[in-house]
Amino acid sequence: MDLLGFIIILVKVLVVFAATMLTVLVMIYLERRVSAFMQGRLGPNRVGPQGLLQPIADGIKFMMKEDIVPAGADKPIFILAPAILLIPALMTFAVIPFGSDITLFGRQIPLQVADVNVGILYVLALTSIGVYGIVLAGWSSNSKYSLLGGLRSSAQLISYELAMGLAVVSIILLSGSLKLNDIVADQQGYLFSWNVFKQPLAFIIFLVAVYAETNRLPFDLSEAEQELVGGYHTEYSSIKFAMFFMAEYANMITAAALTVTLFFGGWDFPLVDESSLGILGTVLSVCSFILKMGFFLFLFIWVRWTFPRFRYDQLMKLGWKVMLPLALFNIFITAGYLTVRALV
Amino acid sequence: MAIITKSYEPTFWDKLYFPALFKGLMVTLRYFFKRKVTIQYPEEKYIPPDGYRGLHRLNKYSDGRIRCVACEMCSAACPVDCIHIIPGPSPWDEGKERYPVRFDIDLLRCIFCGFCEMACPEEAIELTEIYDFSDLTRENLLIDRDGLLEVYELTKNKNYYSQTKKSEKSET
Repeated sequence: MDLLGFIIILVKVLVVFAATMLTVLVMIYLERRVSAFMQGRLGPNRVGPQGLLQPIADGIKFMMKEDIVPAGADKPIFILAPAILLIPALMTFAVIPFGSDITLFGRQIPLQVADVNVGILYVLALTSIGVYGIVLAGWSSNSKYSLLGGLRSSAQLISYELAMGLAVVSIILLSGSLKLNDIVADQQGYLFSWNVFKQPLAFIIFLVAVYAETNRLPFDLSEAEQELVGGYHTEYSSIKFAMFFMAEYANMITAAALTVTLFFGGWDFPLVDESSLGILGTVLSVCSFILKMGFFLFLFIWVRWTFPRFRYDQLMKLGWKVMLPLALFNIFITAGYLTVRALV
Repeated sequence: MAIITKSYEPTFWDKLYFPALFKGLMVTLRYFFKRKVTIQYPEEKYIPPDGYRGLHRLNKYSDGRIRCVACEMCSAACPVDCIHIIPGPSPWDEGKERYPVRFDIDLLRCIFCGFCEMACPEEAIELTEIYDFSDLTRENLLIDRDGLLEVYELTKNKNYYSQTKKSEKSET
């Protein structure tokens, strides 16, 4: 790899990392503001204009707090757990294409940090590593509430990862590739070429599973504060707690980006051929991607303040008895359709 | 044994849950755009309804004489004994002969029940709409006769909170 190529990769990594962290901050602000608005309140509006600096104030507060390691905790794992959760959450975004190719310095640069040809497997693998952070945090805290939170989280992940994976399989069947770029390319053209319209059932299953994966309401059983105090992060304080917090939002951002990529044409702006418009097309595609992602991030908050939490047995029943058969059924139909199309 | 009676049989549409979920989302979205109920306190002030029992005041006649005749009915009615009155001869020629030389209310003891107001034969003591009179020392919360008369001047037009808002606006 030449020097320019290396610099380009480095810049892309930095930009994506900075953008993700910035979106985390914006999400923390929006979570509080939107939740307040939905409850008829105003929410934080004192720090900076319209309270925009609130997440920074929160961050400073977290750093100033005393860092407590409970007695009897498994110290190395206790310290490692938040990192195990946060790092994969930030790494997942690497394979997501967030815009059409851009031509700079006489070379074509794809707006994607790494074009891995097993992109979707990479994403699924990393999101599964993230749960180790939760389980280890729960286990190493030496607290029954944390342990229960961690256990719930792992059980939840196993039951929902299956349905999620199977929903993704039907997308892979359609596009014939695990590469996220190919999946995006497959959805270009007219509006109804987006996968939501081809695979509505897979979309619904995926969306529900994503909420379970990111431990958000109505599936936030691993941190159900009414039952488990704080769940897996009960014993955490200071910057370590902030890391769990950031990881949760980073996971949400990745999940939203993945939903957009798999089902809403990625950076595709309907009815426009981005590659023919040059730099304007790239800007348009990035804006379209951000807009779609923003909607799904808003949906995360919106859903949180609308639906009550599932009971644990209901969660399991939904995962194994409803989502899994539905996802299998969907694959069956998709595969059948493809076989018939190939024969005719 | 409990007998379970089903009030209705859910249809297929109900069992899908999605229409109900969508309805729920619309409810929260409606609230998202609704007017907010928050009163941003130091800038905006809540205006209490008529009959609110806040800080006390001593009423005056239009010519400036104190209505109170120091009959001590209020201090007798007071369930927590927070009103202390020392009566004296009135300095004015016309009207009543008695008036309060001292009229002290311990606001820390007061429970704002309004019994003093009801007991008063001269309609001299009244509770006003003022609710934000907290202070840093106990001494500052012992209000005397002149203080109570000052409260009257502040509240006689029944617009304590609406007028302070206006004057704050004109300052800025």
